[in-house]
Amino acid sequence: MKEIEASAITQAVARLCQEANFFLGEDVLSALRQAHQAEQSPLGREFLTQIIENARIAKEEKLPLCQDCGTAVVFLEIGQDVHIIGGDLNKAVEEGVRRGYYQGYLRKGIVSQPFSDRVNTRDNTPAVIHTEIVPGNSLKITVLPKGGGAENKSRLAMLLPNEGKRGVIEMVARTVEEAGGDPCPPLIIGLGVGGTGEKAMLMAKKALLRKVGEPNPDPEIAHLEKEVLIRVNALGVGPLGFGGTVTALAVHAEVMPTHITSLPVAVNLQCHSARHKEVTL
Amino acid sequence: MTINITSPIKSREIEELAVGDSVLVSGFIYTARDTAHQRIIEALDKKKEPPFALKGQTIYYMGPSPAPPGKVIGSAGPTTSRRMDAYTPRLLDAGIKVIIGKGSRSPEVRRALKKHKAVYLAAAGGAGALLASAITEVEVIAYEDLGPEAVMRLTVENFPAVVANDIHGGDLFELGRAEYKGRKQDPEDYPTQ
Repeated sequence: MKEIEASAITQAVARLCQEANFFLGEDVLSALRQAHQAEQSPLGREFLTQIIENARIAKEEKLPLCQDCGTAVVFLEIGQDVHIIGGDLNKAVEEGVRRGYYQGYLRKGIVSQPFSDRVNTRDNTPAVIHTEIVPGNSLKITVLPKGGGAENKSRLAMLLPNEGKRGVIEMVARTVEEAGGDPCPPLIIGLGVGGTGEKAMLMAKKALLRKVGEPNPDPEIAHLEKEVLIRVNALGVGPLGFGGTVTALAVHAEVMPTHITSLPVAVNLQCHSARHKEVTL
Repeated sequence: MTINITSPIKSREIEELAVGDSVLVSGFIYTARDTAHQRIIEALDKKKEPPFALKGQTIYYMGPSPAPPGKVIGSAGPTTSRRMDAYTPRLLDAGIKVIIGKGSRSPEVRRALKKHKAVYLAAAGGAGALLASAITEVEVIAYEDLGPEAVMRLTVENFPAVVANDIHGGDLFELGRAEYKGRKQDPEDYPTQ
């Protein structure tokens, strides 16, 4: 049994919110540089240069990579031998988000009532918290600030089982094509296949946390990722939708068994400002 | 080719812009997002003065992150323009000449741009730190209660964007996609995934 103070969780979340917004991951930067090499459109290359330069300025000046500092999506993997003491876990996370967004001069972008009042809560809470109990005695916290432009293009389709792999590929292609420049391509495409509607979307979201371009360990799924990526990059959407051959940097798919009547397919799009940071306590 | 333009823009300058031209904007531009648009249009409907004289001016769809100490503004990139589509023809009627945002526009907006000889520029979404470095002065001029969505007058120097819709009805998003659709990657081993 390991004891973890709620206050340590608050501190960690506050720090992760800021680091995620200031420092683009090396894996993302390297994927962007590769994209710059491969992109055939001169205009696309010009804007990829701006995106790479943006990451340098954000890091040096500790400015958010994007003014949309996102919904704070927080993943908690709690070891079953961990005991959290000194406070409520969810409240500790919310307090961390509140402090992180305040201390980091991050934009607070959450409104209270989605379909009527839409009053800004002024501290970017509530966060969206996903909790999972896992073996072990540690707590892994991941913060993914998710911008609205890309999240707004998320799609869920409950395909007919016989639509199969072709159906999955075309569903993703349709989603990316319709989204065009709005979700700020080049994208990382989170793809969840199987389970139930909500489970598919959660898998799609969680797949975004993988290192950019790291394939699924299952060869059949890795092959699907590659096929989807080639299909999407042939759409011509290009960096920021201006036309080009790099619309997505990677496809990350997660797959699980499903019901005999179902083929759930969820797409969660990540903009090029793919921000997430994690810590294990 | 990169073209330097000043805002407010002269009609001669606007006529020379073509889809796909990279531009650097210097001068004054005004921020406005969804709610500010609603309020400006309400003011026009009631024959009241809008927060700034719209004729010939530039609107930038942007709500910044808070300015840290020692800076005039925080991160300051464009938001999705589509959300403003419903309001845009009205503002073009009222004399707005340049709009800066991200993503494509509706057919109605594109028709209105052509009709009023106005242009839509796209800036790099997700490059808010870079774009902030082109902003030298910030003044909140209306709707302060909206926080980051207040109307601000920005002084910009060499603010980078690309002409997405010109006065001839051209559209960068359509043309760009048509040009690259179905192209093979070169090198063919990209992506490396």
